[in-house]
Amino acid sequence: MLYQLEGSQAVARAVALCRPDVVCAYPISPQTHIIEALGALVKSDQLDAEFINADSEFSALSVSIGASAVGARAYTATASQGLLFMMEAVYNAAGLGLPIVMTLANRAIGAPINIWNDHSDAMSVRDSGWVQLFAETNQEAVDLHFLAFALAEELSVPVMVCVDGFILTHSIERVDLPEPEVVDALLPPFLPRQSLDPNDPVSIGAMVGPEAFTEVRYLAQVRLHQALDVIPRLGERHRSLLGRHAAQLIDGYELDDADVVVIAMGSVLGTIKDVVDDMRAEGHRIGALSITCFRPFPAAAVREALSRATRLVVVEKAFSIGYGGILSTDISLALRGLSTPIHEVIAGLGGRPVWADSLRGVFSDALAGTLVETTFLDLDRSLVDAELARMAATRRSGPPAENVLRDLADVGRSA
Amino acid sequence: MSIERTPVRFYQVGSFAVGNRLVEVERRSAQSDPGRANSLTSGHRACAGCGEALGARYALDAAMRASHHQLVAVNATGCLEVFSTPYPETSWRLPWLHSLFGNAAAVATGVAAGLRATGRGHVRVVAQGGDGGTADIGLGPLSGMFERNDDVLYICYDNEAYMNTGVQRSGTTPGAARTATTESVGEHPGNRFGQGKDLPRIAMAHEIPYVATATVADLFDLESKVERAMEIHGARYLHILVPCPLGWGSVSSDTVRLARLAHQTGLFPVFEARYGEVTSITPIRRPEPVESYLRLQKRFAHLFNREGEVADRATVALIQSHASHNITRYGLLGDSDD
Ligand SMILES: Cc1ncc(C[n+]2csc(CCOP(=O)(O)OP(=O)(O)O)c2C)c(N)n1
Ligand code: SF4
Ligand SMILES: [Mg+2]
Repeated sequence: MLYQLEGSQAVARAVALCRPDVVCAYPISPQTHIIEALGALVKSDQLDAEFINADSEFSALSVSIGASAVGARAYTATASQGLLFMMEAVYNAAGLGLPIVMTLANRAIGAPINIWNDHSDAMSVRDSGWVQLFAETNQEAVDLHFLAFALAEELSVPVMVCVDGFILTHSIERVDLPEPEVVDALLPPFLPRQSLDPNDPVSIGAMVGPEAFTEVRYLAQVRLHQALDVIPRLGERHRSLLGRHAAQLIDGYELDDADVVVIAMGSVLGTIKDVVDDMRAEGHRIGALSITCFRPFPAAAVREALSRATRLVVVEKAFSIGYGGILSTDISLALRGLSTPIHEVIAGLGGRPVWADSLRGVFSDALAGTLVETTFLDLDRSLVDAELARMAATRRSGPPAENVLRDLADVGRSA
Repeated sequence: MSIERTPVRFYQVGSFAVGNRLVEVERRSAQSDPGRANSLTSGHRACAGCGEALGARYALDAAMRASHHQLVAVNATGCLEVFSTPYPETSWRLPWLHSLFGNAAAVATGVAAGLRATGRGHVRVVAQGGDGGTADIGLGPLSGMFERNDDVLYICYDNEAYMNTGVQRSGTTPGAARTATTESVGEHPGNRFGQGKDLPRIAMAHEIPYVATATVADLFDLESKVERAMEIHGARYLHILVPCPLGWGSVSSDTVRLARLAHQTGLFPVFEARYGEVTSITPIRRPEPVESYLRLQKRFAHLFNREGEVADRATVALIQSHASHNITRYGLLGDSDD
């Protein structure tokens, strides 16, 4: 049925349709509306689940670990600092092979504290053993949750659905929520591989030494890689049951004859596709590739999709401080042996709007062969230079973030 | 596949360790029953005389009996977790989960919630950890579990330091005790005196249904407290003093003796509390000065001279004043109202 819903409400209802047994979370913007909505669904008996108000994110994921270990379907949601606060449990849930589903309402990581959207939270746990799926629209955010539970439980791996904070979580859009029977058909009952049961006692989480740690880790890699086969299969099934385009590992847009291909994750693809449309109308051979599944990285599919492109532009909402683009590093590994130039464009940090005009400028440079290797989109170089000059001139130059904002205010006054 | 339980074979008779099998049947301890669960079975790697190993077996066997073997245990990182488990040699004969050092209480909340949500609410949940996992790194999750009154019995095995990592100070290490991070050097003899973290009182401040303390010296008392705790639903807390021969520098055969002396000196008050109020105490029948407890432990050796006489009178007097304060506060010399 069609609804006009805030993204968080839509995600909450999608999660409820998946009938989680235990929902446990801790509030943080921009995830709060999701758990508030789930709490309300439990209170109003529309969702039969244990709803637990945790004392921290570390506890929230720990509660989920306990619930999942007894074979209950467990769900949590967080963002940014909350994800970092639960970090030890993030790795632990994956290491134990517990199929917990988490919504990550993507938000920047401080300092400086910033509540707005980028992908640095998701990138901080990319090596933890969770599947990471990125939603492009609110409809995709909804559908990815059905997929997430099915995938997690089939493979015994935790799955994180990344939904751009505010841009998706707080925007009201039309979404189609399936009938409960349809979701039940997509999501079979949870049959755990391991479960704490007094009638069949096992020890879970005991120590493993050097003699077998490599093998246990290797198995985690194998299990996660299986997602590369399972996601397309589940996607196919979702397509037939939901009657609409359903999640894939990657999603190409106007790729067939594209020379320049723009690669990105999440909601920014909406803007990118608009720009691609405009530029195509002017006769430019440009296309886009959406990476829906970031972990495991679908290297073979990416390589195949990009095989005929002559130039690549990776637009990313995070970067590895001290090196550069994270997604672009993965793309270049996937294209090992090919000589396609790859440009990284770091954009949308801490909620900075990613303007179509700015993207268009970058893409035009790429088409003209004049784009530099790394671009920080719409970076105000004068602010950076002023602070660098201050640091060179004075030892006690003060907090850099405050200096930049003072300069910005001055710029504003003089304008 | 359900677990096969072979009866325990006893080689001792009438000892405290097996709970005096000579008394009448109904007064016998769970430990004296050859059909006991033996939740933590032999073959683990604890040091000889480990109080924690003893306490865990006593407590879990009693909880297993009380729950008709419908029990799940969650364990924090620490000696108990490490010595009992390296795969594939687990000593646990009940469903057992180790997640992290600081999250046992929260994991147990999840276990209880998951069981309830999947129609297995009759299965009971115990969380257990050392003093470090409970008083320090895990205090937030523990307090959250108490405050929500989740249906979990949390057991802290207090050996008064981080033993698993080599005897460093914890929030429950007593004043003057030597640990690897509170060496006794010159003017600074061992751990400084502070209030410490009085975990049973912190638990009581949450006004949870049941809080109790016990030692491995009094098996009947320990078992009966576990049983009482298991009769109640909601958050429950049991704090067991478990001497650690390695960390305390004591003789392995003195573990039970030290636990008894901790009670008899007043240094470790043994009591029960309901909803934040003390409801019973275990009286001290034969009071002992703190020296007789301290003298048996190398962690307090700097307080004595070679002849075993008190050398640092001021410090010993301070420790004695702590013991006396406990005796007054809990009325430990009076009759038990239990
Ligand atoms: C987050 C984290 N910090 C530190 C450690 C290292 N560590 C493991 S066990 C332990 C001490 C355990 O002390 P306690 O809880 O008192 O248990 P005991 O070993 O004394 O029984 C420490 C510091 C860890 N495993 N995880
Ligand atoms: S160090 Fe102490 S607590 Fe650890 S196994 Fe040895 S005696 Fe037991
Ligand atoms: Mg300890």
